[in-house]
Amino acid sequence: MNKGFPRVNLASENSVIVYFSERPCAKTSRLIANTSEQLKNKLSHKLIDLVPSYHSLLVVYNPLEINYLTIKNEIYSIASEIPNKVLSAGKSIELPVYYSQESGPDLQRLADHANLTIDQVIALHQQTEYIVYAIGFAPGFAYLGEIDSRIAMPRLSTPRTSVPKGAVAIADRQTAVYPSQSPGGWNLIGLCPSPMFDPSQKPSTLINVGDKVSFKGIDRNEFIQRGGLVESISSIEQ
Amino acid sequence: MSGLKVINPGLLSLIQDAGRYGFYKAGITTGGAFDKYSFNWANKLCENIDAATCLEILVGGLVLESNITTQVAITGANVPIKINDNTVDGWRTHNLVPGDRINIGYATGGCRAYLAVAGGIQCPLIFGSASTVVREGLGGLDKKGQPLKAEDILPCEPTASTTIHRVPEQYKPTFDNEVTEIRMLLGYQQHEFQTSQLDQFFNAEYTISQLSDRMGYRLEGPALAYSNKAMLSEGICLGAIQIPADGQPIILLCDRQTIGGYPKIGSVFSPDIVKLAQLMPGRKIRFKAMGIEQAQNLLLQ
Repeated sequence: MNKGFPRVNLASENSVIVYFSERPCAKTSRLIANTSEQLKNKLSHKLIDLVPSYHSLLVVYNPLEINYLTIKNEIYSIASEIPNKVLSAGKSIELPVYYSQESGPDLQRLADHANLTIDQVIALHQQTEYIVYAIGFAPGFAYLGEIDSRIAMPRLSTPRTSVPKGAVAIADRQTAVYPSQSPGGWNLIGLCPSPMFDPSQKPSTLINVGDKVSFKGIDRNEFIQRGGLVESISSIEQ
Repeated sequence: MSGLKVINPGLLSLIQDAGRYGFYKAGITTGGAFDKYSFNWANKLCENIDAATCLEILVGGLVLESNITTQVAITGANVPIKINDNTVDGWRTHNLVPGDRINIGYATGGCRAYLAVAGGIQCPLIFGSASTVVREGLGGLDKKGQPLKAEDILPCEPTASTTIHRVPEQYKPTFDNEVTEIRMLLGYQQHEFQTSQLDQFFNAEYTISQLSDRMGYRLEGPALAYSNKAMLSEGICLGAIQIPADGQPIILLCDRQTIGGYPKIGSVFSPDIVKLAQLMPGRKIRFKAMGIEQAQNLLLQ
């Protein structure tokens, strides 16, 4: 465990935020996932909910069941014992992506920006296994990092009013798959046919914070075969 | 279908219960009744079990027609209420028979009214709750986050009970403060703010901006300066007071995003979220700090 961590700060009268390291990394993500599991087991009904994110965990609890000092001590004892235990690994998931200019209208601009060819951009996006750092912004929207610095690019100055479900996108050193149609300012490089968020399924999300995700290129036919919609392609704002 | 038919949905009427818990990790927010105090009283008046599904009515304009024999109660904001042609009081139970029309006029104090029905609105649940979160497309009658619209039917079971309950006068809120005091706990990134900035924050009056809704209240007042360093997104609790780059605080509320990357000075004490729920844009607030022990002791009382 890094010096000075874990650190527990007050967030509100029924929540505290736990920081695990200065910067996010694979190990921190596993620490957060493992601490979450242990807190759930140990606190059960005293715990209301948890928000894992890059290097932190927000712990929301029932103050009628456990007070601030007690929960703080519980968290310190759980989080400081964990590094001595074997950390359970998260899932590794491979997501198919139809990379092309028709499904990824920002590919050319990104390639120009990076001084690379479109094929090189696509190859670099597939070469890394990414960590799921956080899920938020919208249900099932997973922030994956970090992408190769050569294909990093800032968000669009004017966000698109509509980005289709399944759009694979880049913003700065992060990548994501839009779980549902929404406005969005990330650079679009392809489409993924696998649903990232489906309220009718249990669990509703394909991945959790701390899991690992890699991408594999597929062609247009395979995109359709795997349930991708032609409308998703034709509806993209170029 | 038996229940209450929506003749006019009003400005914005939403199905709400206590909210959605246990799904933050999927990025799903809580939602739920904004003014829990009025929401709980409405249910209690109808002898409902805790947190039965109710309507949250923003400002007013709602007209419903019953096709069953039932009881309703309306609490929260001061709204003129009519059943058929009769003006009736809020904060008490009313008996309805088929054909009765309830007409909720525009609020003269506060801004959110709650309507409970005996037995609760029988709305389907999604992720364990009926609460409508429009931004996420979750909850409500269609489970897809739609506010009420004309011709909707709120499914309800008839009841034989005709007992009338009234909320004692001393428990009814008043909405006439010129400046509402909001208690808060310093926390999160409080140390990013210098003492002079904290003093300014607690001495200032803030006006609730027009850009305020169930997701968050933007405030207008003296800007708060801080060491503006980049921050990683982290979990946001109910009532968190975040300070974006322009220094104007935003209080994050029921429909907030679950994570965000602005520094937070602390969080509103949750019983005072109830007060915020009833403040229209243009109203003024002032913050008062409280300690964690005091806050938790008050909750235990």
